[in-house]
Amino acid sequence: MSIHKLSLCELQKKFSAGEVSAAEIVRAYALRIGQVEPKVKAFVTQVKDAASAQAEALDRHLKGWRKTKPLTGMPLAIKDNLCTEGVATTCSSRMLQHFVPPYDATVVARLREQDYILLGKTNLDEFAMGSSTENSAFGPSRNPWDLHRVPGGSSGGSAAAVAADECVAALGSDTGGSIRQPAAFCGVVGLKPTYGRVSRYGLVAFASSLDQIGPITKDVRDAAFLLNAIAGHDPMDSTSADRPVPDYMKALAKKDLKKVRVGVPREFFAEGLDPDVAHAVTAAIEELKQLGAEIKEIQLPRTDAAVAVYYVLATAEASSNLARFDGVKFGLRAKETKDLLDLYMKTRQEGFGPEVKRRIMLGTYVLSAGYYDAYYGKAQAVRTLVCQDFAAAFKEVDVIVTPATPTPAFKLGEKSEDPLQMYLSDIFTISVNLAGLPAIALPCGVSRGGLPIGMQLIGRAFEEETILRAAHAYEQATQWHLRKPVIR
Amino acid sequence: MNITREDVEKVATLARLHVTESEKAAFAKQLSEILAHVEQLSRYDTSGVEPTATVMGQVNVFRDDVVRPSLPTEKALANAPEREGDGFCVPKIIEER
Repeated sequence: MSIHKLSLCELQKKFSAGEVSAAEIVRAYALRIGQVEPKVKAFVTQVKDAASAQAEALDRHLKGWRKTKPLTGMPLAIKDNLCTEGVATTCSSRMLQHFVPPYDATVVARLREQDYILLGKTNLDEFAMGSSTENSAFGPSRNPWDLHRVPGGSSGGSAAAVAADECVAALGSDTGGSIRQPAAFCGVVGLKPTYGRVSRYGLVAFASSLDQIGPITKDVRDAAFLLNAIAGHDPMDSTSADRPVPDYMKALAKKDLKKVRVGVPREFFAEGLDPDVAHAVTAAIEELKQLGAEIKEIQLPRTDAAVAVYYVLATAEASSNLARFDGVKFGLRAKETKDLLDLYMKTRQEGFGPEVKRRIMLGTYVLSAGYYDAYYGKAQAVRTLVCQDFAAAFKEVDVIVTPATPTPAFKLGEKSEDPLQMYLSDIFTISVNLAGLPAIALPCGVSRGGLPIGMQLIGRAFEEETILRAAHAYEQATQWHLRKPVIR
Repeated sequence: MNITREDVEKVATLARLHVTESEKAAFAKQLSEILAHVEQLSRYDTSGVEPTATVMGQVNVFRDDVVRPSLPTEKALANAPEREGDGFCVPKIIEER
């Protein structure tokens, strides 16, 4: 079998057994990227030469001594809002087009400690603001299943790269669905861990009370494998949780769902849901039942408030976080400015794209004097209600199942002129971030038009093991993850 | 909520963002639409509901005050748009009289 078609765990097994060298792996991926990248456009930056040199050094070092770490020699792609020392980190923004970080994000440092191989930095909606990668300053990525459609966003480059076999796995970030929605659109697995499970140090901040880093992979086992590498407390991120990290691979041992109570929230199956998505997710729920799960109808009555809450809180936090881009210490600086204020205003005018400006404007407005209580305070209070809904539901059930997205991947340009419609495409993923819960998106069917459909499994805080177990049992029973796109 | 061009100008100044005439018109329309959607939040009774700023429930996280290595000057200045010696260079801030 071709190297690029293997899963992370399969490739790792072959590599640690000495059946394949790091140089062979990098060559295989360079060939694959050369074939499909001109069509898919998943990467902002590729690091071919460094990857080859690193692979050869690894092979020399390992000769006759093959005690590898879990990710040694594994070719990964990293979303371009995660700092990589010495490798440009652009956030797909003109503001950071030439920014080369002086340090690694903690997740990247953890991969590096295991001698992983960086293949490149993947495209995103500028500063992770968007649901299609169309907001990238460097042009959109394409969905490998249909090049006229979006891969989703904001981690669209990572999801497209995994789906197109341009890397064995990738990291993304998820503020309102930015791992799960593109994973669903591209037919791969995307895991957003619990808020606090993974350090965000070195992740360019968008909305700090919501952002979380997680894996995008070819199957559920790989997601558990990669989560093992990145999870855990970090003194450099005071919001990272200081609690033990289990071995997530052990969660996959149970092959059935006996004694697992699965909740189906009726609010997620209301009007606006694409019939193909409804059909696929309904069939998936039946499959979970066959595997032994107890299916219960539940209610999350404040679900329809989530998008409104999110677009107040996320933009408010973003307007504050993005204040640092002022043209002084790093990033773009506008030329020919008359004073410091002019330098700030022109730099930000030139450096930010339309969606980022729109969100900074909205966030500044809702935080401004006279509107703070009506918008920001109100949204924080309704956030509490959304959290209460989940808390009540998780007294009755262990896992909640929903569609990951209301529709399969939409066409390029279809929603880009209408910000509100674009925001509403995240309606099934956003509430999970508001409550800080872990959730996984995985393939569960295909539309009549041949596009992947994803379902979402949501768990209690720090119970990634439960959703990984359920997702893995489902995946083993159905095998949707083995479908591959024909890229043309 | 109807956002006017004047509102856009005021907010843009607060956000330190220069906006063009066409952006003013577009933002006024788009922000009005988005805020109209946000106004559905008034349907929810939140009297007596504590606001959620973070789900972690942390208050302050302390560490020991010990000296650790920090970013060397050259590395810190490597991305500077303009530097002078060991500093970042910016336009003059204090006006001459």
